[in-house]
Amino acid sequence: NTVMAAQMTNAHRRFLQVLMSNGITEGSEARKLHQHCCETDKVYYAHDKLDDFISTINSHLQPLFMQIRKGISEDDGRAYYAVVNLAETEVTKMASDYSEIELELFRKTMDLIILSENGFASSTDILNLADQLKTKKMKKKEAEQVLKVFVEDKWLSEKNGEYTLHTRCIIEMEQYILSNYQDVARKCNICHSLAIQSQVCESCGIGMHLPCVRKYFRAQTEPRCPKCNEFWSCDIP
Amino acid sequence: QVSELVQFLLVKDQKKIPIKRADILKNVIREYRDAYSEIVNKAGRTLQEVFGLQLVEIDTKRHTYILINNLRRAEGEYLCRDKEKEKMGLLLVILSFIFMKGNSVKDSALWEFLHLLRVYPGKQHRVFGDVRKLVMEEFVRQKYLETTPIPLTDPPEFKYQWGPRAEKETSKKDVLTFVAKIQGKDPTFWASQYSEAGA
Repeated sequence: NTVMAAQMTNAHRRFLQVLMSNGITEGSEARKLHQHCCETDKVYYAHDKLDDFISTINSHLQPLFMQIRKGISEDDGRAYYAVVNLAETEVTKMASDYSEIELELFRKTMDLIILSENGFASSTDILNLADQLKTKKMKKKEAEQVLKVFVEDKWLSEKNGEYTLHTRCIIEMEQYILSNYQDVARKCNICHSLAIQSQVCESCGIGMHLPCVRKYFRAQTEPRCPKCNEFWSCDIP
Repeated sequence: QVSELVQFLLVKDQKKIPIKRADILKNVIREYRDAYSEIVNKAGRTLQEVFGLQLVEIDTKRHTYILINNLRRAEGEYLCRDKEKEKMGLLLVILSFIFMKGNSVKDSALWEFLHLLRVYPGKQHRVFGDVRKLVMEEFVRQKYLETTPIPLTDPPEFKYQWGPRAEKETSKKDVLTFVAKIQGKDPTFWASQYSEAGA
């Protein structure tokens, strides 16, 4: 599947600028943006050519170790786009926005989330972490505030007092997580991408994203594990 | 090296704080000092070609850079992060006021003008929050406005002018057009500003 290295036009540049400034862009928004950019900069627009449009940009981003990447949300199964840094430097984008101690809290929170059964860390557990940071102790009130900022900036998302990684964070840090948490990080058995929230087979231990579970079992009368064929015990979402 | 510099510049510029040559040398170029110009030039070309951003040296003495957008701001643009749109609206009004008043205004005059828009330095604004901080610190730090003390004033007074980023990102012509639109008049109504704007 070769793509000719097409020229960048202002439409491509505009699209890239907005994607970068959004942090993360949902699929239908990206399609609207594609149209907006082509119309604004008077470039030929074909509504089904978004992938080619993005490939052109990516061919120019590649020498810069950057890429527009598409990821699927673990919550709603929808596609999202983000501009990611491919160089192996850890949490680069975050490094300039947060202090040393905030980054440490984030890394420890990420540990909790990835090591957890269901991909969530309770706010109580995270606040307890704040007390044990190496850089310097962080008070509970301060930690709560920092968590709020992480949610606003779309690194974490919060549900009922529990925190998981935001889709943006997963798209941007997938490689980093897979290499640094090699033994613990789970990959979805269906789509083979990193799975933070997942359902796990009680017999053989494979994991699947919730939207992937929904899609996979849609056509089946009796949900059975794709690997070991045991009855799937979790509630189908 | 070039790709590292490009990323460094993009990240730093996100906050619209000017980037110092010293920082570039320390964090990115490091041991390749001799190739500084070459690396910076290549990075500049890459930024233009791929991102539509222009690397501009706004202070040739202290060697500080900013990135400005080469692409014309489109109608209904999506760049609405963090009250960006509203802040830019306020900024445009301020830049207009400064231009129409002969390119330099005293801070007291600026605040008097903003009073008319129900924006007060002492009061928290519903949208802008601490407006005094926004105008006197944030806009100045981002190089949209420049402030210089007026000598021999007690208590010290300041004057406001357009900053280098404003000069690059917009034009006197655009600003005059904006003012004309609001006031429902033709730009030629203001003869001296019209000729200055080179319209």
